[in-house]
Amino acid sequence: MNKFSKSTLWFLGSAVAVYLVIQILVSTEILSQFWNTIIRLGAVMAIVSIGLNLIYGFNGQFSLGQWGFYAIGAYAAADVTYRWSVNNSADGVVVLALATTLSGVAILWLHKRLSKVRGLDPLSAFTLYLTSTILLSVLAVRVGVAITPAVTSVLSMLPAAISMQIVFILAVIFSAILAAEISYLFGLPILSLGSDYFGIATLGFTIIVKILLDNSDTLLGFVEMKGARGMVGIPKVTSLFWVFIFLVMVVTFIRNLLRSSYGRAIISVREDEIAAKAMGIDIAEYKIVAFVIGSFLAGLAGALYAHINGFLHPDTFNFIKSFDPMIIVVFGGLGSITGTIFAAFAWALILEGVLRLFLPQGFETWRFVVYPLLLIITMLLRPAGIFGNYEIPFLRQVLPKIRQPKPVEAEKAVEVKS
Amino acid sequence: MNTSIASSLVQQVIQRRWLGKAFLALLILLAAWKMTTSLLENPLLFLQQVVNGLQLGFVYALIALGYTMVYGIVRLINFAHGDVFMVGAFVSYYSITRFQIHLIPKTILPGLPDSAALIIGAILVIMVSMASCALLAIVIERMAYKPLRNAPRISALITAIGVSFFLEYFAALQFVFTPNFITYRRPISVVTWAIGPNGITTLTGDAPPEGTILFSNIALIIILTSIALLLGLQFIVRRTRIGKAMRAVAYDKQTARLMGINADGIISTTFAIGASLAGAGGMLYAIAFSQIFFWMGILPGLKSFVAAVLGGIGSIPGAFIGALIMGQAEVLSAAYISTPLRDAIAFSILIVVLLVRPTGLFGEPEREKA
Repeated sequence: MNKFSKSTLWFLGSAVAVYLVIQILVSTEILSQFWNTIIRLGAVMAIVSIGLNLIYGFNGQFSLGQWGFYAIGAYAAADVTYRWSVNNSADGVVVLALATTLSGVAILWLHKRLSKVRGLDPLSAFTLYLTSTILLSVLAVRVGVAITPAVTSVLSMLPAAISMQIVFILAVIFSAILAAEISYLFGLPILSLGSDYFGIATLGFTIIVKILLDNSDTLLGFVEMKGARGMVGIPKVTSLFWVFIFLVMVVTFIRNLLRSSYGRAIISVREDEIAAKAMGIDIAEYKIVAFVIGSFLAGLAGALYAHINGFLHPDTFNFIKSFDPMIIVVFGGLGSITGTIFAAFAWALILEGVLRLFLPQGFETWRFVVYPLLLIITMLLRPAGIFGNYEIPFLRQVLPKIRQPKPVEAEKAVEVKS
Repeated sequence: MNTSIASSLVQQVIQRRWLGKAFLALLILLAAWKMTTSLLENPLLFLQQVVNGLQLGFVYALIALGYTMVYGIVRLINFAHGDVFMVGAFVSYYSITRFQIHLIPKTILPGLPDSAALIIGAILVIMVSMASCALLAIVIERMAYKPLRNAPRISALITAIGVSFFLEYFAALQFVFTPNFITYRRPISVVTWAIGPNGITTLTGDAPPEGTILFSNIALIIILTSIALLLGLQFIVRRTRIGKAMRAVAYDKQTARLMGINADGIISTTFAIGASLAGAGGMLYAIAFSQIFFWMGILPGLKSFVAAVLGGIGSIPGAFIGALIMGQAEVLSAAYISTPLRDAIAFSILIVVLLVRPTGLFGEPEREKA
């Protein structure tokens, strides 16, 4: 029965305890709705930043595109639940699910075929993927519209609260997959660039996404997104429960990933690309794996974020804000999940909570003067971040023991065997 | 059997890079088609847009140089540079309205002709904003970047972002520069010339005559000042001892230090020179668009940074050419494709250029640094 180690039990137990305490405090209204929102925001930021930490902290790819994928996840999920709650039609969820599944299958199939081709030109592969996903998405829209009435009637048979939750969870998952697929398409040609150039190209991606969202009603044809006026009327279904569940799942997933051979390969790419290559690690493959998983988490967090306030505005996804996950990751310590979670909550509590509430009268505009000063001072005092690369025991890397038996023991082993 | 033929065909197509090349060629053909049709449709409007693009491009060039120089010497993307540009615009505004520096030559030497006094006054104002930006950059460099010289590169980058936020929001405070839009008071009045087949005529209030291109003295001032500053910079970098030291430090800091070069001093000088160019750019931008506010530095700063990357970061002529391309791309795509999409198009151009030439148009291939 000793399936879980002590550190795992500690982690899960404390997570449940923290959740229960906060839930009770919120339910009894000792913590106001304001703080409730901030805690959920902190958890969402933690998920985005963990994704970025995987890309930058563990894989060494300087990406500023995290915020773009966050925006994609947020708007995709918001559109789906909006269509369900306001138009009472499941077309959003059906089309999104079909399109992401079909193009996901196509991407995986092509990836398997193409990984055997030597001397693959990323741009050619990109063109191939792009055309196939566009064709499949068109197909998905056609099929999805046809089967929507059936799905809508099935979902309508359930009680309203339950069907809302189902649509919400489906929206979250498929928007995250959508973000991951877009990141795969985009990352394929871009990841071959050098680190700084990669960062700038991803920054360009974030800006392009923001501009498209600004014109989402005229250019993209999603009237309900209302372009630069901001999308309203999204159901507020992101509860503390969902946020905590997703955060715990993400942390566990990342921890298991980093302990697997995939995780070691990802870390080895950061440490030394040439040495990793010499050990037979396919660098391009692991870069894209880390990038896609990180973007998946960004899309997930975006989808959760969209349903906190029930309001989305393209300015939230401005490129200036896109530095926030990077700041959180570096502030907490590169390559430290503990530090990232801590910094995300600290960011939400200090920037959105304390500085907003407790600055004296007439000094409200000083919020963003104090914040960068805190940032600069921390960077000057602790350039490696608050936690450096400290991890709680649950998240620590377990390095394999070097199998080099002492000569005496080796002889004994031989004797026992014979 | 059938599948193997298909897969070998796919393999052929991919190995020869046909698909990627076809995709790029399609994009370039589309752009070229759009350009030529609009040129043939209304050549004058097109030329007018090109002139507007030049005006913007030269301002971007002044900012881009600061980015490229700093990146070349310390490998830092100095995000605060765009805000130094903003400070330059505000300093020139206050030195015109509050301190009336542009009137000083007239008060000292009343005998001076009006036009000469105005030119000297304008040069004085631009000097003041350049000097204050240089000072600001040195302070930023000494306080925020120098202690992090041996820290991981990302810490310096985050600090740069912090400095950028700080400058923006500190400038937005009521007692500093105020959070409002301010209408810039130009020290010179705008004169617009209409250049056409009948020669140059000065425009006076009414509609421009048919078949002419408008060209204002503002555009002339911007282009002349930028070219003068660029030549000055090129002279400093190529011909003086400081420039030689800068190149040496950019090439290899440790060795340069061993050769007796004061590396820290040279790095500060580089920051100061870049910032003074940005200060001049701030004043020129404010003269051209006559409205300043505390966030004005972000987008021009970002676009000039993109221009620097486009031209190959670390290369001075590259930054210049990249900035001209960015100016043209922005103005032309706003005129002919879509106004809200103009920034998106500029960034798409960047991404496409990076795909074809991963280190920019004039960039050297990245070399391993010890």
